[in-house]
Amino acid sequence: MTLPIRVRTLKIDDRDVSAREDETILEVARENGIDIPSLCYLEGLSAVGGCRLCLVDVRGVPRPVPACVTRVEEGMQITTNSERIVKYRRMNLELLFTEGNHICAVCVSNGRCELQGLAQSFGMTHVHFPYLYPQLKVDASHERYVIDHNRCVLCMRCVRVCDEIEGAHTWDVMGRGIEAQVITDLNQPWGTSDTCTSCGKCVHVCPTGALFEKGKSVAEMLKKRQFLPYLKLMREEHV
Amino acid sequence: MSKVRLATVWLDGCSGCHMSFLDMDERLIDLLERVELVHSPLIDLKSFPDAVDVTLVEGAVSSTEDLEKMRKIRQHTRILVSLGDCAVTANVPSMRNNFGVETVLERAYQENATVHPQVPHVDIPALLPHARPVHEVVPVDVFVPGCPPAADTIAFVLEELLAGRMPDLSGQSRFGA
Repeated sequence: MTLPIRVRTLKIDDRDVSAREDETILEVARENGIDIPSLCYLEGLSAVGGCRLCLVDVRGVPRPVPACVTRVEEGMQITTNSERIVKYRRMNLELLFTEGNHICAVCVSNGRCELQGLAQSFGMTHVHFPYLYPQLKVDASHERYVIDHNRCVLCMRCVRVCDEIEGAHTWDVMGRGIEAQVITDLNQPWGTSDTCTSCGKCVHVCPTGALFEKGKSVAEMLKKRQFLPYLKLMREEHV
Repeated sequence: MSKVRLATVWLDGCSGCHMSFLDMDERLIDLLERVELVHSPLIDLKSFPDAVDVTLVEGAVSSTEDLEKMRKIRQHTRILVSLGDCAVTANVPSMRNNFGVETVLERAYQENATVHPQVPHVDIPALLPHARPVHEVVPVDVFVPGCPPAADTIAFVLEELLAGRMPDLSGQSRFGA
């Protein structure tokens, strides 16, 4: 027998809201029309709290917490838009720009990129930190798709969708910290992967132009994400 | 009332930002009634003048000459504006940063040359190891992202500055467009 789901009441930005006990702060905020920015989070995939753009303040907790992986608790008092929180999010976003080589003007996702869109919605006109210009590769060995590591923000949506939805687990992460990068199979060229089904789910959940279809030029890569909530729903009903 | 002294500079960029500036069309006539264009690739003056009120910089800082220019310009400019993605982020010119100067020059002037392949070295400034945004070299007052920024955006920036306000560009322009 499963226990009944309890309801929790809490405050977000001084608004009284109620939530199921198994919900996260991000889910509850969005249900109530309260905007918290996010990048690595994607509805239909597990949450990992990687990008740190959904940071919020919880009263009594000294450090900011990522809203996408923090469960609601009774009596929580959450602030989503304090000066401190906005500053930290902005710093994290700027650091994402310095850690890759993001040249929006010549990117397949120009105008449709979530990273670029976040910069615009944050009112970010420049980056305060020195750019690192890391040496990163492009792998075009796959018949239909390309991975450009210069544009990867390590959100790991590709890793999650490949594992959780497609069930292939072609993608994974290698290395630590600034050296980390996504890999296919045993860090081999994507085109030689034995596990990749060429389904393209990774390409379409990628928030930037890091994963794209071959032959797409500047601003031409349209990512279609409608399949994700649909597939998730279908599977839930038939299990 | 004396006119506002305006300068524009073209470093490592494609001149697209200057083209966008010219795209202000008839607004340029009105602008020139209120400002004096004291230095620009559009006028033939070799050295940067003193006491400039506003300087618009297009392009990344890529060579020893760019670096010297920017230091001098900063000294003689009241309000320095990074105009466009190359000035703001180093943009396309920064795509060479991974390869090292020698490799880049060899690729451009030897591997890809069909007649007299040779790396030019006489009377030209040396490339810096990295093309960098202007604000990593000197302090910048206003940032105008865009590749290029729209003529309307440039007009807005100039109107605000002429009205004595610092333009708030948040949400008005974005990287890449």
